[in-house]
Amino acid sequence: MNESDTGAVEFAALDREDEEQLLPQLVAHLREHRSRLRQEWSGRIQDSHLLSSMTPQEVGAETTSVYDNYVEVLETGSVEALQHYARDLSERIIPRGVETHEVVGIVLLLRDVLARSLFEKYQDDFDLLNRVLDAYEPAANRIANTVAVSFVDERERVIRQQQDSIRELSTPVLPVRERLLILPIIGVLDTERARQLTEQLLRGIRTHRAKVVVIDITGAPDVDEAVANHLVRTVDASRLMGASVIITGLSPEIAQTLVTIGVDLSKMNTIGDLQGGLEEAERLLGFTVTRADGSP
Amino acid sequence: MTDTGPALVSILRQGSQLIASIHTALDDTQMVRFQQDLVHQIGEHRARGVVIDVAALDVLDSFGSRTLRDIAEMARLRGAATVIVGIQPEVAFTMVTLGMDTGSVHTALDLEEGLAYLGGAGGQPSTAARARSAQRR
Repeated sequence: MNESDTGAVEFAALDREDEEQLLPQLVAHLREHRSRLRQEWSGRIQDSHLLSSMTPQEVGAETTSVYDNYVEVLETGSVEALQHYARDLSERIIPRGVETHEVVGIVLLLRDVLARSLFEKYQDDFDLLNRVLDAYEPAANRIANTVAVSFVDERERVIRQQQDSIRELSTPVLPVRERLLILPIIGVLDTERARQLTEQLLRGIRTHRAKVVVIDITGAPDVDEAVANHLVRTVDASRLMGASVIITGLSPEIAQTLVTIGVDLSKMNTIGDLQGGLEEAERLLGFTVTRADGSP
Repeated sequence: MTDTGPALVSILRQGSQLIASIHTALDDTQMVRFQQDLVHQIGEHRARGVVIDVAALDVLDSFGSRTLRDIAEMARLRGAATVIVGIQPEVAFTMVTLGMDTGSVHTALDLEEGLAYLGGAGGQPSTAARARSAQRR
């Protein structure tokens, strides 16, 4: 059955013998009462208000497959197919907004519904009931575990994927003019993003031979102490590479935070908005911008 | 540099400027040798500007960066402006992460930029460079 059984040798031997007889009996019972038990289960799902983001038809279709898979695992003892199915199911229902507790909930409900039917069937023979439950419970737990883990895995995979794509998009280093880079920061700056931003900026300075960099943080809602210090270090590092940094778009909140937490800002060259920053950068680089028609 | 073995640092003269290229990581002793050598040569060549090129270094420890800062200060006392060029992105970030103090030494992207800052090859340090140097004092 599983690894934990190897500890208790005597019981394991007994269990296996029992299982060999009992599990097929169990499976036959579940197959026989398939539609009744499945309906009972669906009813319980509805009562518990689980899977509310799915239509009744969808819930019907999915519960049928889950039920069949469940019985199959009990029969074969192999969770591989179930794992596959659970992953596939997760892929389908995660975008629908189904939560982890719902998935775990419906599997536990099924476990419960089936256990109850076993109670009913074997209630006259207490000893037999006990042994049937002994055979059923580890398998049922394993199924619940498998489904939950598959779901969480899939969810984490989706989150990782989204994080990666956000990261890729989130720190563009844009050449504006000869030797002038602009780095707009949009969204929450966490430590990981700040680190990546520095890396890209320093590399950008090298590639574009930048002399002036404008970092615009208009789009950053908040900056904490760690990130503020990181920004200061980024400015220092850029200076070491021969580029001066202008920071623009400090919101009133961020300005207050920075001063309150006492970050050393003496080396920071800041200008109110991006427009002002670009004008200052152009001045530093010796550009003058004039209107084509000659008017001021 | 040392009398034996290949030169680890080449100090070239171009007009009134010295260009010192560090070819490989230097240990502390070699760093001090380099410092003595360079400060000596500033007087010898009547240099007005010094470019120290560290592009070949992929690591610069605290002793190294302090020595560079000291060199710049000594050069200033001897009448020459100093600019450090070619600090690699990784090196720059490590230096600030470890909190190494580089003081007010001027830095530039590469040799070309460094020479431009000093006022072009062979020329006098630009007014800007001298003004900035004076400001720091």
